[in-house]
Amino acid sequence: MAEVSKRKLFKNSLARTKSMGMFWALILICLIASVISPNFLKASNIVNVIRLVSINGIIAMGMTFVVLTGGVDLSVGAIVGVVAVSVAMMFQRNVPVILAVPAGLLIGAVLGTINGIGITKGKLAPFIMTLGSLTALQGVSLYLANGSPQNWRKSTIDFKFLGQGTLLGIPVPVYIFAAVFLLSFYVLKYTEFGRSVYAVGDSREAARLSGINTGRVEALCFVITGFLSAVSSIILISRLSVGEPTAGDGYELDALAMVYIGGCSTSGGSGSVIGTLIGAILLSVISNVLNLLGVSPFLQKVVKGLIIIGAVLLEKHGKKSKNA
Amino acid sequence: MLKMNHISKIFPGVKALDDISIEIGQGEIHGLVGENGAGKSTLMKILSGAYTLDEGEILIDGERISNTSPARMIEKGVAVIYQELMLLPHRTVAENIYLGRLPKNRFGKVDYKKMEKDAEEVLNRLNLQLDPGEVIENLSVARRQMVEIAKAMSRNAKIIVLDEPTAVLSDNELEGLFRIVKELAQKGITFIYISHRLKEIFELCTHLTIMKDGKKVESGKVEDYTTDMLISRMVGRDLTDIYPKREQSPGETVLKVTGLTRKGVFENVSFELRRGEILGIAGLAGAGRTEILRAVIGADPADAGEILLEGKPVRFKNVREAIRAGFGIVPEERKTQGLMLKQDMVYNTTIPALGRYKSRLGTLNLGMEYKETGRYVDMFHIRPGNPRTVTCHMSGGNQQKVVLAKWIAADCKILLVDEPTRGVDVGAKQEIYEILNELIARGLSIIMVSSELPELLGTCDRIMVMNEGVQTGVLDIEECSEELIMSFATK
Repeated sequence: MAEVSKRKLFKNSLARTKSMGMFWALILICLIASVISPNFLKASNIVNVIRLVSINGIIAMGMTFVVLTGGVDLSVGAIVGVVAVSVAMMFQRNVPVILAVPAGLLIGAVLGTINGIGITKGKLAPFIMTLGSLTALQGVSLYLANGSPQNWRKSTIDFKFLGQGTLLGIPVPVYIFAAVFLLSFYVLKYTEFGRSVYAVGDSREAARLSGINTGRVEALCFVITGFLSAVSSIILISRLSVGEPTAGDGYELDALAMVYIGGCSTSGGSGSVIGTLIGAILLSVISNVLNLLGVSPFLQKVVKGLIIIGAVLLEKHGKKSKNA
Repeated sequence: MLKMNHISKIFPGVKALDDISIEIGQGEIHGLVGENGAGKSTLMKILSGAYTLDEGEILIDGERISNTSPARMIEKGVAVIYQELMLLPHRTVAENIYLGRLPKNRFGKVDYKKMEKDAEEVLNRLNLQLDPGEVIENLSVARRQMVEIAKAMSRNAKIIVLDEPTAVLSDNELEGLFRIVKELAQKGITFIYISHRLKEIFELCTHLTIMKDGKKVESGKVEDYTTDMLISRMVGRDLTDIYPKREQSPGETVLKVTGLTRKGVFENVSFELRRGEILGIAGLAGAGRTEILRAVIGADPADAGEILLEGKPVRFKNVREAIRAGFGIVPEERKTQGLMLKQDMVYNTTIPALGRYKSRLGTLNLGMEYKETGRYVDMFHIRPGNPRTVTCHMSGGNQQKVVLAKWIAADCKILLVDEPTRGVDVGAKQEIYEILNELIARGLSIIMVSSELPELLGTCDRIMVMNEGVQTGVLDIEECSEELIMSFATK
């Protein structure tokens, strides 16, 4: 048994995520897209599809951890805003990249820790705690930036590579997204912490009686989302060359959409980052196809909404016929 | 009164019920027995309208009921009381009784006064000492069951199905329930009674039906059966003695508890546990049995007392520390406390000791985990035999074997088991006792809390008896009998 091939394991994980249906849906949509628009299968377009989803996708990877514990983190978008503004303002004061970026990441992790402490020590429902921090942090970034976007054109800082650079013809954010995905996959599947995340989401009491420090596991998941929100925020300001206080507004909903389309259960304990990856790419492909077809962006939102509902319906339905 | 003719129910791939015909007369208390998976619950779900039937017919008072649905069956006087009670925990007794049909005044406002008065009347009719304004949460499980019965009566139920009502009751509460059931039966209410405890079938029922593998084996009057006959027909083989014998005798003391106290729960409890011993804790519900286990492992704080583990004093701040020190816990509620139901057997088996499958870099060796779990599957005859089976799809007995396997995999030294065979059928029970013996043979020591006296008498070396938080005695198994334990438990 020890020599189970890696490929088989990956295939098994895919099947076990219950996101198999979404995987086929993605393939189907790609096929349709390539028929409708010959441009779709061009390498440049594919790369573009993945680049577009990278920033939100990184957050969605973190969100997967939280959702697996049975929680939700509404504050990710607000953390993006705070980090964006803080790092941009450090650049304005000529703080070098090598200091400003780690400082930004630290801010994200600390904000995540505060969420985690409120939820585990304060015993607040994750929805309520992060709703509170969402609101408060939106205020913080608006206050810091005095309500306006912060750029650093007058400083000597050059910070374009992370958001706008390419390596071997592929945009840097895609590499970061891929790295975050692989690391998340590894942590959830191959480490004790990852196993504990599933355990806590499945049954907190059973996890506790199996010797798991449930509070620490849950809090750590919020630290992860906070940290990854900061990563995503830093790529974003590098891309836009500006730190907007409202840069991340609505990101929490995008991330949650990816996670739920990917097959995570709202009550926790089941789902995987492979599912989330499929969910993320699916959303990006669809908006790409709709763009290629010239569909109005307003209508695109309608389609996105219907897909969220449709995906979860499909999963529910699939589950029922399997159990009966 | 009730006739079920040639009932069949097919699920994809399984014939859950195969041509079952049962006839039940008015005022009968009809026991339904069979192993887990025999189809008892499926049959009752058909009777309650929760499942539609594929073949056959249901007749109540000679009237053929077509298009069964839960609402229609309630209207026809069928009430099913499930093991997991369907009550709203934050609402009052009266509201629960009249749920879905609260009395209202002209403006649509709920008439609470009338509701409470009506509820009181129903409760009085049943001779129940219950305050209709009490919130369900504050009631014991036994009293909640009474509320369910009252609810059924208020709906003019003619047929009441009790699905394993006693699994969570102490003997006292059991008597109360039986009294009410017998009284109602005399008034012409028909009962169908499902239980794994055969003793209760003989005590309570007038008739019985035996089921096996979705088929009816036979029906008859209770007088015509003995326990052995029932078991052999349920299982299809003879179980000469479901309690296997142990060869070895206990060794030195591994755990010594002195003066353990939790104010208001139990007081001044002292006992010793020897290596290779099963120490039983007996007592009625509320005697503080589970609470003692919880205090020992630090799940609840103790107010006083000393715990010596292999001669060294310990005081666990939380369960994690106890597990690290070599304790294992098989909790009372298998489904919510013992297992992670969405995960497969492998996850559940290795979770307490994942460190054993880690490489130096902290990577888990999934192949090794799978192999190790497979070993327990073979050793304990866990079914289905694929270690990747998600535990929520398994039967109660097999689930319990997984919970036991996880503590063996964690190499624990002292195992605390709480109601290990609750809701488990006779065949699986015996297998669980065999597993416990196997653990003893490996040098483990076990403390077992159980409400089933025959189980304690059949498996333990010594039995400690509790009565309302007070330790009334520690009895050697040779001097023990059910009567003696009961006398200590009610002293």
